[in-house]
Amino acid sequence: MVEKKAHIKTENLNLWFDNKHVLHNVNFPVYDKKVTALIGPSGCGKSTLLRSFNRMNCLIPTCQTKGKIFLNGKNIYENGQDLTQIRAQVGMVFQRPNPFPKSIYDNIAFGLKIQGKNKNFIKEKVVQSLKDAWLWDEVQDRLNASAFSLSGGQQQRLCIARALANQPDILLLDEPTSALDPQSTAKIEELCLSLKEKVTILIVTHNIAQAGRISDYTAFMYLGELIEFGKTEQVFTVPKNKKTEAYLEGVFG
Amino acid sequence: MKNSRKIKAAIGIFSLNVSIFLTISFLAIFLIVIFSKGFSVLSWEFISTSPRKYMTEGGIYPAIVGTFWLTLISVGFALPFGVLTAIFLTSYAKPYWLVRIVRTAINTLAGVPSIIFGLFGLTVFVNLFHFDVSLLSGALTLGILALPVIINNTEEAIRTVPNDFIEASLALGATQRQTILRVILPTAFPNILTGTIISIGRVAGETAPILFTAATFYTRQLPRSVFDEVMALPYHIYALLTEGSHAEKQVPIAYGTAVILLLLVLFVSTIAIVIRYKIRKKRKW
Amino acid sequence: MKMKEKIFKIITYSSSIMTIIFLLGIITSIFAEGIPIFKEVNLKDFFSSPNWHPTCFPPDFGILSLIVGSFLVTLGALIIAVPLGIGVAIYISEIAPFKVKEILKPTVELLAGIPSVVYGLFGLIFVSPLITNLLGVPIGLNIFNAALILGIMIVPIISSMSEDALSSVPKSLREASYGLGANKWETTIKIVLPAAKSGIFSSIILGFGRAVGETMVVLMVAGGAAQIPDSLFDPVRPMPATIAAEMGETAIGTPHFHALYGIAIVLFIITFVSILLIEILRKGKSIK
Repeated sequence: MVEKKAHIKTENLNLWFDNKHVLHNVNFPVYDKKVTALIGPSGCGKSTLLRSFNRMNCLIPTCQTKGKIFLNGKNIYENGQDLTQIRAQVGMVFQRPNPFPKSIYDNIAFGLKIQGKNKNFIKEKVVQSLKDAWLWDEVQDRLNASAFSLSGGQQQRLCIARALANQPDILLLDEPTSALDPQSTAKIEELCLSLKEKVTILIVTHNIAQAGRISDYTAFMYLGELIEFGKTEQVFTVPKNKKTEAYLEGVFG
Repeated sequence: MKNSRKIKAAIGIFSLNVSIFLTISFLAIFLIVIFSKGFSVLSWEFISTSPRKYMTEGGIYPAIVGTFWLTLISVGFALPFGVLTAIFLTSYAKPYWLVRIVRTAINTLAGVPSIIFGLFGLTVFVNLFHFDVSLLSGALTLGILALPVIINNTEEAIRTVPNDFIEASLALGATQRQTILRVILPTAFPNILTGTIISIGRVAGETAPILFTAATFYTRQLPRSVFDEVMALPYHIYALLTEGSHAEKQVPIAYGTAVILLLLVLFVSTIAIVIRYKIRKKRKW
Repeated sequence: MKMKEKIFKIITYSSSIMTIIFLLGIITSIFAEGIPIFKEVNLKDFFSSPNWHPTCFPPDFGILSLIVGSFLVTLGALIIAVPLGIGVAIYISEIAPFKVKEILKPTVELLAGIPSVVYGLFGLIFVSPLITNLLGVPIGLNIFNAALILGIMIVPIISSMSEDALSSVPKSLREASYGLGANKWETTIKIVLPAAKSGIFSSIILGFGRAVGETMVVLMVAGGAAQIPDSLFDPVRPMPATIAAEMGETAIGTPHFHALYGIAIVLFIITFVSILLIEILRKGKSIK
């Protein structure tokens, strides 16, 4: 139990869109340098929960949040927080690969450029991030090519590299492989396993098997509530809750 | 019963064909007349020299130069306002009542007759600001006329930028301003350019707004500053047909000027349409 | 960082507010210069007297004949342009094969950009003698000529906006109609056209606004006589033409000068009402 250190956790998190209560009193820790998977049927609020970690939900005018999310001991929902700083600290990768219509290099340099970092530092970080995202070998001789010249799987790894360049404390992955073919999916899964040495990962996935393959911890959500949280092994083999068991057996999905 | 349905359909579709045929032939006759009568007077001398002998001889070079400057200054004046307003409407869009008022203002500006813009320019720029009848007064008047076109086109261009890009940028810690300047505007740029070119075509052909604000019938001099009167292609056509006393010599020059103006406007609009077509084909998102 | 955000936001807000200021400037300037005419002539005479003799002694400032001129020319233009414009729109949207559509659509857009002064030239030099020769009327510059030229000019405006409205009718509606055994014409007339009617109506109002406010064509082609016409082939002097023709010859601050701005007020109110109508139609549609 010594390994359990969590610099990131939610405390009584509640969220509404208009009058619709989407998240109910969610409490769970995201352990350092581990992969935590969020699973559950569609519409259960897992993506909304993920988007709470960098306050992306705040872009929707009707969204209201109560409760806390701690990032390195600081509650990001406290008044007067600098959203841009929080988002720079939290990396996010979306369902569909969404590179900017810029070059490969400029995509990855984007986050650092807007922070006004110096050129040499940016160059170094771009190379490092591409290597960390296993893309360097494929693109090193065409960094100035358009990001759209890459395949779907490569584009998604580019988006991972782009998020890594900011040196985030946590990487949020929102069903990152749902738009990809099986081969690219396998590569991204392997990449996640290697990345957890460097960065904490929270992944939303629709694919139960994927959660089983790559995560250390699993959180199961249903109708906006966190039903069960525990080590993946335990959740998958001896779930404590009937609903978890039913979901894993494919009763609803 | 079945036959009468068929006959009705045949008549209906026939009438559609008639309407497209009539429209195209009207416009074809129009273009053929203008071009056939105008081409004969075209020459290098026609576009490179000044008019002589009270407009009965010589070329239209000062009018070309005047139209060039009027267009350039007016679009240069309207573009920043237009782009910034489009950014307000798409990215900030708060408070709601202000958005409503701005939108109504834009729609109204777009529908106000161009002669009223001319009166406005006369009252405000010529008389109130004492710019007199000048390149500047005319260009500012035309700029305000072009503003709604530029705003609407820019707004449309910005709305084609996928939300994915905006989310990605914000998630990387970019501020709203950084997202606008570094992601939204560069992505929308080709479409904004197209819209701007279209507005250039509009501005270059307008006559009524410059009647009392900028245009002069006959000058052999080019404008030396923005406070000089200028000749302009559309006004020149009008002046050749309604002033002076040598119709038989002035009408061919008017046709020639019309061809130059048409070529200019059609050329500019064609560029815009081609660019837009290319963007649609090339776009990958 | 925070500072830059604020400054940028303020700049975008200020330039949006400038659009409002420009509009208010236009309204203020025509009203400020136009209202004084009502010291010379009362509102009733201004609108109901057909005598427009601004340079006589004493001058007459009745604009009825100018309003009638504008109205007749605009009506004539719409009679020509509405069926043609909607016909072209239906053809492009429903009938034309893909390739033809790809060519016709940008062509129509291109034609919408032709400067009105060139249309004026065409009507003045080419159509006018044609009318006197073919129809045997004494004056070629008249209501008929102006309406014809204006009509051709606004066909592209009506057709491109109508075409947008027709194209945005969902495909599923058409398929449902075909599925029930309707043919192309029946589907177009009974299903597609009614579904697009508010957009088509807007396009007609837009065309009306353009025709009423268009200056150069009526200035060059309508004949310029300030009179209540007896026939389609009589010359008239529509409102924009009056302003354009006379503003250059009046001294600032004279009653004549103010009267021309008074005409501009009338013109502005007419177009403003048409703009409001379009907005109401648009809103009605978005609520539905």
